[in-house]
Amino acid sequence: MAKEKDRTKLLTRRALFLAGGQVALLGTIAGRLYYLQVMQADRYAMQADENRINIRLLAPPRGRIVDRFGVPLAVNKPTFRAVLVTEQAGDVASTLDAVATLIPVSDADRRRVTRDIRNKLSFVPIAIRENLTWEEMARIEVNTLELPGVSIEQALTRSYPFGDTISHLVGYVAAVSEKDLSGDDPLLELPDFRIGKSGIEKSYDLDLRGTAGTSQVEVNAFGRVVRELAREDGLSGQEMVLSIDMALQDFTAHRCAAEESAAAVVIDSWTGDVLAMASAPGYDPGAFAAGLTGAQWKALIENQFNPLTDKTISGTYSPGSTFKPIVALAALEAGVITPDSHIFCPGHYELGDAVFHCWKKEGHGALTVRDGLKHSCDVFFFETARRTGIDRIAAMARRFGLGAVLGIDVPGERSGLIPTTAWKKATTGVAWQQGETLSAGIGQSFVLATPLQLATMAARLATGREIMPRLIRENGVMTADSGVDRIEAPSLNLAAHDLKLVLEGMYAVVNEQGGTAYTSRIMDPAFAMAGKSGTSQVRHISQAERDHGLPKPKQTPWKDREHALFIAVAPVTNPRYVVACVVEHGGASGGGGSAVAAPICRDVLIEAQKRDPVHRVPDQPFGAPTTLAAG
Amino acid sequence: MHSLLDNAPPQQSLALKILSINWGLLLLLSCIAGIGLALLYSAANGHWQPWASKQAIRFVVSVVIMIAVALVDLRFWMRSAYAIYAGALLLLIAVEIRGAIGMGAQRWIDLGVIQLQPSEVMKIAVVLVLARYFSSITQEEIGRPTRLIVPLILVFFPAALVLKQPDLGTAMMLVLGAGAMFFIAGVRWWKFAIVLAGAGGIVPVAWRFLRDYQKNRIYTFLNPENDPLGAGYHSLQSKIAIGSGGLFGKGFMMGSQAHLSFLPEKQTDFVFTMLAEEFGLMGGLALLGLYLLVFIYGFAIAFRSRSHFGRLLALGITVTVFLYVFINTAMVMGLIPVVGVPLPLISYGGSAMLMVMFGFGLLMSVYVHRDMRLGRGGEE
Repeated sequence: MAKEKDRTKLLTRRALFLAGGQVALLGTIAGRLYYLQVMQADRYAMQADENRINIRLLAPPRGRIVDRFGVPLAVNKPTFRAVLVTEQAGDVASTLDAVATLIPVSDADRRRVTRDIRNKLSFVPIAIRENLTWEEMARIEVNTLELPGVSIEQALTRSYPFGDTISHLVGYVAAVSEKDLSGDDPLLELPDFRIGKSGIEKSYDLDLRGTAGTSQVEVNAFGRVVRELAREDGLSGQEMVLSIDMALQDFTAHRCAAEESAAAVVIDSWTGDVLAMASAPGYDPGAFAAGLTGAQWKALIENQFNPLTDKTISGTYSPGSTFKPIVALAALEAGVITPDSHIFCPGHYELGDAVFHCWKKEGHGALTVRDGLKHSCDVFFFETARRTGIDRIAAMARRFGLGAVLGIDVPGERSGLIPTTAWKKATTGVAWQQGETLSAGIGQSFVLATPLQLATMAARLATGREIMPRLIRENGVMTADSGVDRIEAPSLNLAAHDLKLVLEGMYAVVNEQGGTAYTSRIMDPAFAMAGKSGTSQVRHISQAERDHGLPKPKQTPWKDREHALFIAVAPVTNPRYVVACVVEHGGASGGGGSAVAAPICRDVLIEAQKRDPVHRVPDQPFGAPTTLAAG
Repeated sequence: MHSLLDNAPPQQSLALKILSINWGLLLLLSCIAGIGLALLYSAANGHWQPWASKQAIRFVVSVVIMIAVALVDLRFWMRSAYAIYAGALLLLIAVEIRGAIGMGAQRWIDLGVIQLQPSEVMKIAVVLVLARYFSSITQEEIGRPTRLIVPLILVFFPAALVLKQPDLGTAMMLVLGAGAMFFIAGVRWWKFAIVLAGAGGIVPVAWRFLRDYQKNRIYTFLNPENDPLGAGYHSLQSKIAIGSGGLFGKGFMMGSQAHLSFLPEKQTDFVFTMLAEEFGLMGGLALLGLYLLVFIYGFAIAFRSRSHFGRLLALGITVTVFLYVFINTAMVMGLIPVVGVPLPLISYGGSAMLMVMFGFGLLMSVYVHRDMRLGRGGEE
């Protein structure tokens, strides 16, 4: 009995000891709970929120690009795609079969879907087909009940209603590449995001892009969105209003496209507004937004007419005789000739041992500066240039915007070249030769200019002011009281009578019998234009060729043929519209400036004056852009 | 010694027995089970299916079994201890053999209504058999090391089988529960010291028997944030869930960690985490308080019992339930490695519910037959 009592006492003692241990352990648990839920509560609450809350970026709609009248040039078009959510689809194969009876589904699409199903979570929508037509989209929508898990998703893609007629200027958007990722805009990380890669799309990308919105969503451990907690819509991109008149742009582009490779720029010389800026051939900018195929890309870069190059700003050409007004002005200002000075042209010009030929072998006889321009006499300008000197010619050229970039609102502008004695010494180490002055006097040798520079030059000739070309209208689209006023640009400080004289010479070029572009004159006196032709060699003509007769253009390889150029202003009574046109290598007919480029300028100026985009306001009737058949 | 029990005890009628059942304890258990059902309802996003309704039925069935067990004479349980242990061992070996002949690592036997896990049965069987063994030898005999060989085999053989399954949690519970019984039975302190020292020597050997995932769990336990998406994921997400619950919790069915699937096994082993997330520190402490009351009941019943077997059995059952609670809660809050031990009466699962209630039935039987004096062989 005593032993039993001892044993019970021992058991009780040890049981109590054990109970103490248990209480201590439970206390540990309670203490741990306190530590986690009170002392560390904030930290873990934050981590729980990090777990469940995802911030998703909402891409803002990209700003539109419109012309001066609000005609959309780049817009966001809804596109449709058919998607499949595996977990809702049941039997994927039979669902795809059912879809294939409604819309075409290729074997490649099927393989891609099968692959995506393996790689993606079952609630992630998988694209069956992209870019459905309205009809295809409707056929799916009507049959959704029979197609479990299949639905239509809508997305916005960039669309260019005018395609290749304004491709270079508007540019295009494409997927973000590695080197674009340097920016800190989180939008760039979005898989479907597109950024501007050329043209206005590139230069005003940040304005057009807008600001990202955010959506706070609650997600589960598998990433499935459970609900949206908060949403902050982004700011849609800014609308860019171009100075372009799309109708005139369309006309100009088609007129240029009639030649193999050509460019033309139309400017409102009172304001600098670029009204049209066309480079042919163009390309389809929409294809870049969708993603080019290898074959499409290859075709673009192998095309000898360089459809990807914007020739209006990136093409540099010897201006040829279109440069002669600058030489004349430099000479008149320097006083080395007067309006009445006569220079005799026997058809060639001798300088030391060298002989320089006029384009007219038999010579022009004695000429004043007005007639020198009218006939585009080379000998007259050899002598004038020699008297003036290259540095004074270069200075005058620079006042007219040549030899330096104009800062136009699209990327890729080139500066061209206006040579000086210092420039030649610095770049080649050889002193300037007087023979080079003679070549420069007729816009050859080192002189290079872009069509935009030539148009700007024409605008300055027309106004005597330092007009700067511009593409963006800061005041938005045209209204009843906008766009007619002259911009008070700084004066070029030219003697008014000198400028008048040169313009008279340009008037004679077109409107007087014997002028080089007489056949391209505008018959309606209210619309009459003044202009200057130019034909520039792209290769040196040897003495042997002169002796044996020049080869006909058709027999010369295309790349070796001469460029045809023309600059023009209209109306002559009160010049406002100016145009410059370059037809590379004389185009299909292989003609010179007056034969090939002048008709384009004529047609464009007639169109410009008829449409009169600087005066017209939106409430006046405005038809669809005229399309001129190529040829 | 038999002479001590000469006086004939009053024969209890069934009605008296039913009256003397510890209804207060049953009420406590029902409260805990009720909390469990609410949590399972929440775990299914506010649905009785698939867990809560099934668990409710299991609880009702288990209560009936518990009462039946409580009413059965304590002498019967004492006499049947070895048979029950042998049965549990056979079941354990059966699943082991079945696993060995290639039917997968299935740890249960399908009884139709319930999938019985022999390892859960073994937790109670070991308590029963040790209570029987230690109550049938004298205090002097307990002092002899040779007398400890049989009970050690009784514990370590099934523990080794369970470890091989592999089920680290159950093996741990078997050994710790048995250790507690050795302790209250009066085994001397220094013997525990020797066993502990021996265990220290065995650890490197045992380490080689652990499966890779078990090793990973221990590694991960030592540094859970090292691999937050891999092996440490469960532990880390559980701590986040508990911690983010704060003082008062996120509200019933509002636990983001549990409901957005960041919390694994929320209806079984990590159910306490969900409680702590949705009801906060207050909820967690309330449940621990209920368990504490249950343990107090267990100790009180043990002290009230007039038989050594009854005391050992009651304490053994209480310690076993305590180990369930402690290991589970310590695991979910990152105090010990993640091991598969359910929270009694709350975690979804039939075997544990049935066997815990069976254990409480034995505890009640001790109470109902508290005045019974038992001999070494289970005779009165």
